[in-house]
Amino acid sequence: MNLKSIIGGVAVGIIAVAQISCKPNNKGGASGSSELAGDAAQKVYVAPGTHDEFYNIVSGGFNGQISIIGLPSGRTLRIIPVFAQSPENGYGFSEETKPMLNTSHGFVPWDDSHHIALSTTNSIHDGRWAFINGNNTPRIARISLKTFRTEEIIELPNSGGNHSSPFITANTEYAVAGTRFSVPPDDKADVPISSFKKNFKGYISFVSIDKNTGRMGIKFQLKTPGVSFDLARAGKGKSADWFFFSTYNTEQANSLLEVNASQKDKDFILAVNWKKAEQYLAQGKGKKEAAKYAHNVYSDKVHSATSTIMTEVMTLDPKECPDMLYFIPCPKSPHGCDVDPTGQYIVGSGKLAAVIPVFSFDKMQKAIAAKTFDGNFDGIPVLKYDAVLHGEVQKPGLGPLHTEFDGKGNAITSFFVSSELVRWNIEKLEVIDRVPTYYSVGHLSIPGGPTAKPWGKYVVAYNKITKDRYLPTGPELAQSAQLYDISGDKMKLLLDFPTTGEPHYAESIPASLIEKNSTKIFKIEENAHPYAAKGEKEAKVVRKGNEVHVYMTAIRSHFTPDNIEGIKMGDVVYFHVTNLEQDWDVPHGFAIRGALNAELLIMPGETQTLKWIPTKVGVTPMYCTDFCSALHQEMQGYVRVSPAGSNVPLTWGTGKNPVAEAEQKVAKK
Amino acid sequence: MKTSLLTIAIVTLTLWGCGGASQRAEKPETSDSVLQQQEEVHGTEVKEIALTNPLSQPMVDEGQKIYDMKCSSCHRLTDERLVGPGWLGVTKRRKPTWIINMITNVDMMLEKDTEAQKLLEQCLVRMPNQNITEKDARSILELMRKNDGEK
Repeated sequence: MNLKSIIGGVAVGIIAVAQISCKPNNKGGASGSSELAGDAAQKVYVAPGTHDEFYNIVSGGFNGQISIIGLPSGRTLRIIPVFAQSPENGYGFSEETKPMLNTSHGFVPWDDSHHIALSTTNSIHDGRWAFINGNNTPRIARISLKTFRTEEIIELPNSGGNHSSPFITANTEYAVAGTRFSVPPDDKADVPISSFKKNFKGYISFVSIDKNTGRMGIKFQLKTPGVSFDLARAGKGKSADWFFFSTYNTEQANSLLEVNASQKDKDFILAVNWKKAEQYLAQGKGKKEAAKYAHNVYSDKVHSATSTIMTEVMTLDPKECPDMLYFIPCPKSPHGCDVDPTGQYIVGSGKLAAVIPVFSFDKMQKAIAAKTFDGNFDGIPVLKYDAVLHGEVQKPGLGPLHTEFDGKGNAITSFFVSSELVRWNIEKLEVIDRVPTYYSVGHLSIPGGPTAKPWGKYVVAYNKITKDRYLPTGPELAQSAQLYDISGDKMKLLLDFPTTGEPHYAESIPASLIEKNSTKIFKIEENAHPYAAKGEKEAKVVRKGNEVHVYMTAIRSHFTPDNIEGIKMGDVVYFHVTNLEQDWDVPHGFAIRGALNAELLIMPGETQTLKWIPTKVGVTPMYCTDFCSALHQEMQGYVRVSPAGSNVPLTWGTGKNPVAEAEQKVAKK
Repeated sequence: MKTSLLTIAIVTLTLWGCGGASQRAEKPETSDSVLQQQEEVHGTEVKEIALTNPLSQPMVDEGQKIYDMKCSSCHRLTDERLVGPGWLGVTKRRKPTWIINMITNVDMMLEKDTEAQKLLEQCLVRMPNQNITEKDARSILELMRKNDGEK
């Protein structure tokens, strides 16, 4: 065979491959449609040792955590505990992190968290923080995108469920929290349920965010009429002073809402002029009311959290603040309420509606100026539907839920009932493209999709039903997410990837905005933990009554001290473990047999504390749980527990025999 | 043969177009205020160290502080080997540049230096990067000199 024919043969082979890879196949799903991109494998392949293009920051739903996923690979990179305890690293179990989960109800180590909001400057991602809501026990958490840890959690009083949250304003001035359940005020809450219309209020909290530190505080609460707030978005550009909230149950039903809250032809989108609210506040229209809520803050300097119980909150009554709130009628139980990148259009998605109404901010301003009202609802003007409507997308699909934007003048809306994504042109209100999802999509996410500057390229569908998409794992299944390429005329399915918990909403942000800021170590010199042992010289064991404090160090591959005697039954032992390493990715673990709480995972330069109440007399082993070096298996030690009242002296050490030394000391005396 | 090469070129182009050369999304703009500088100490090779006598007491004191916090877990000031070798006599065994590079530039040393590699075989634990600057490493060296009896 000569060279020419070999090359010819290769050419034929390549042509064959090219044809196969370009041919759309029918593996998209059960329906046998052709939505799968022919080059899907190539587009989601992230070669070994290379990085994903986007961080996908995904709410964990009923697991109360956040998943960090790489796109386009769909690889899970990390799970961040937020409202839930994590025995994996001790979050919510260690003495330092327990205060993070404190609330006015006490210690609540779980939640149902739905929505992610990434911080923005001028409505563009700035890569500083992620916010997430606790839906059940109303809370908002702030997560640092440097440490990928929960730094702050604030509870919300006068709220029955924090669903309409934590959407943020253009420059991250505020995160909002609209209550899903209207409730009577916390301090006057013992009222008949049937007095709903009289006593219940729909509170909306405006949580201020310090622009340098991110520190949160409830600036004010609006006491709006008793309806259910569902979702929300801030305006952008010309509408940046406004916030838009979708509502349901404007029937004000308090029982069998499935029927009773679906009576009206239209519910409302509430438009809030939050700048005006600030003005009223400055004029002294606010009223402080008694309320009880927890504010929890974690510090990377003392490596500990504090929890403060607050006792009052500022409220604004719309009745005393005219021109601040307006209702926009929106067909049939609106769910999503999304503002396009220009800030001009507000898209409502009526769960039970056959159209998608799109409202115009300019028209809304005109209607307000001309007082084109259709009566009022509990004193708040209702704008005329036709006067504020840009237009309706006709027959887009069944069960519209959420809308995001591709930055090219188009919107993509998710449809739960007809299980599809539909792309449509915002100006022309025309459907351009549709693609099925498997199965029954809830939220969708385009990188930068809710911002003034969508990064585009992909959309992820977070499906509510998984069924047969993966190998079966019994009755309980992972959740199904699907990645689509939206760079061309047709949306094309690229990848199925399972997620944990139940992702509701997620955002994606270019890796380049975050990766270079990622914290690698905590500097041991800056460790201000009161129980830190900064060097083995500071390792010691101190008894205070029945409390025993072990100032312990960990470095590859030993603990100091690793032999402790003189602990007695009835003692409460605190292991304060400082990791002396100063290199990236060298955490140490700490575990002790029979611990009733958890283990610890301690990052380089950090101090964390495990509380241990011995349950048995005897010698108890302890060891490092994170494979740290070739001699990791040797990183172990013993604690001797003696009966209450015994006279075994308190001794400790590493690399020596503590008892022998103690006996010498006794002998010298 | 020319034809075949041309075919390959065309087919490659087709594959490229079809595969969609992966273009990254538009590079985002960020403001400096957002991107806080993160200090990270990575050694560059130190080739010369000037030693002076008498020893600098401030440097010895500083070296002792750093030793207590970052070194003493693994190194004794005696000749006893703990995790790593004891420091007694180290300034007689090793050149000053070797010591400084071993502190600030471990990865390079374990890759290139046969003496460092021998030590890893004995100790089985990589000398960790303890995030020590060259200046701090110099203070540690001063402590070692004092420990070895220099004045």
